[in-house]
Amino acid sequence: MSAQSLSSPPPSPPAGRPGRPARPGRRPFGVWLRRNAGQLTLTSIGALLAGLWLVPFGWALATSLKPEGDTQKLPLRWLQSNMNLDAYRSVLGEGNIPKWLVNSVIVSSGVTVLTLTVSALAAYGFARTEFRCRRLLFGLTMAGIMVPGTVITAPLFANVRTMGLVDTYWGVILPQVSAPAMVFILYKFFQGVPRELEEAARIDGAGRWRIFGQIVLPLSRPVLAAVAIFTFISSWNNFMWPYLVTTDPDLATLPVGLATVQSSFGVRWAQLMAGALLAALPLLIVFVFFQRQIVRGVAHTGIAGQ
Amino acid sequence: MTTVDEVRGAAPEDRGPRARLGRALQHGGWFVAPFLVVYALFLVWPLVSGLWYSLNETNLAGINTEFIGLDNYREALDDGEMWDALGNTLRFTAMITPLIVLFAFGLALLAHNIRHGKWFWRLAFFAPFLLPSAVLAELWRWLYEPDFGLLNHTINHRVPWLLDGDWAMFSMVLATLWWTVGFSFLLYLAALQSIPGHLYEAAALDGAGPLQRMWHITVPMVRQITGLIVVLQILASLQVFDQIFLINEGGPNNETRPVVQYIIQQGFTGYRIGYASAISYLVFLLVVVVTLARLWLVRNREENVR
Repeated sequence: MSAQSLSSPPPSPPAGRPGRPARPGRRPFGVWLRRNAGQLTLTSIGALLAGLWLVPFGWALATSLKPEGDTQKLPLRWLQSNMNLDAYRSVLGEGNIPKWLVNSVIVSSGVTVLTLTVSALAAYGFARTEFRCRRLLFGLTMAGIMVPGTVITAPLFANVRTMGLVDTYWGVILPQVSAPAMVFILYKFFQGVPRELEEAARIDGAGRWRIFGQIVLPLSRPVLAAVAIFTFISSWNNFMWPYLVTTDPDLATLPVGLATVQSSFGVRWAQLMAGALLAALPLLIVFVFFQRQIVRGVAHTGIAGQ
Repeated sequence: MTTVDEVRGAAPEDRGPRARLGRALQHGGWFVAPFLVVYALFLVWPLVSGLWYSLNETNLAGINTEFIGLDNYREALDDGEMWDALGNTLRFTAMITPLIVLFAFGLALLAHNIRHGKWFWRLAFFAPFLLPSAVLAELWRWLYEPDFGLLNHTINHRVPWLLDGDWAMFSMVLATLWWTVGFSFLLYLAALQSIPGHLYEAAALDGAGPLQRMWHITVPMVRQITGLIVVLQILASLQVFDQIFLINEGGPNNETRPVVQYIIQQGFTGYRIGYASAISYLVFLLVVVVTLARLWLVRNREENVR
């Protein structure tokens, strides 16, 4: 068993007799142990590493539950009797976190909806229609994948200011919508949609927009979900652009707000940790519910890099 | 390729102004137009205007511009602070890239081979990737705190994590490894899952031990994804900014300040957008070199396979 577990996928369970689940407990414990020694070792290493990986979260949680006066008291403790939710209460009550949360939701939803619409249309146009300069324009779009966002930050800011969009939601949202990588991911997918389906609809008199809306889009739901979730995550976590393009604290998104609040909280670590955990919570919840789509989204993004 | 029907879109018996409008809307250009507008405004235009700015002595307000040719580039190449910042970025890239590959591969091997709790391993190792950079910064500033931080308390030694230049870069790498390894981990996990099981069975029949199977099957099968991860990691690391700026503001004494922070300081604090653009283009050149090197490597390998 240990030999197999090192490098191969777990074998599928043997086809058991229906209605009679295998009962390993019947065998002597020693035999069971020997058979599963590999799995036990791997699981313990995994548990150790996962535990280490979760320490920063755990420590933030422990700190956030302490009274402010106890966070910097030696020796440090993970648990103590007078833990409470005061830090959360003051962060939610006095702080601006609810306001930043709303801003983040507005910005990230706006970016996601617009990116998805614009990219899906363009990807379909490039994959399945013919028009003059199509190849040239597609090549130009793909070249954009290579352009690092930081390279254009300074001139982008100057241009956005010329458009009068500094300190507006549009100024935060629109530059994040031009995502050639997403066009590429959707383009690849649309190319794989069988042409026969579209031909059949065309014979029935459906135009391109009907075909796109009623045949191609429904077939593409998984990849659309992956692109949407991935766009949402990167927009939600985007720090640099919102930080540069907004000076009005009322427009700050969660990452920007948190970054600027350090000074105003001073060294009140319990409140800082409470705020950090509250800010982390929405995406962690999203991940628990959409794990499959997110994993697929990562795979797709990787493919875009190829 | 293109049938007559595809070009005209609608069935030929439609007539009248509405039908003509309908036919005009079938043109593929309408699908790509919205994306191209956004793309042109927020990617192409900044890219081109940035090049123009870099040839001028331009301040942020866009007044008092004066064409100075390549003087900005000449100044950048003579600028010791620019070289220090670029050196920091390269040092960071050289440290983080091998660590990410090793850890991502190791964690993926673990998660892939442990039979139970797949979702838990994915959650534990990927969760940090979902944090906004501002949250990451809060968590690690608190862990690195010299007197009351968990790290120094646990090892019972006063390590100057953020106070000493050499330690500070290592601290940035450690925090970044924790934050971003989950992405490459998922890429490796997907690659491992796509290795056909019969390869292992055949090797086992031939008497290959677990380590041999690992070396002769697993490693070659993930070679392509490793190349991808290395390149994505280099490209991302050349643009590193958020965590270093937020944890330590590039300190102490600018000893961890990455080149992107220097660009932003020149452009936004120093109001020299022309000079900032010139440095941006030098970084862009690096990115292009890495990308072309990868294309060249991939092509070479394909020819070798043939």
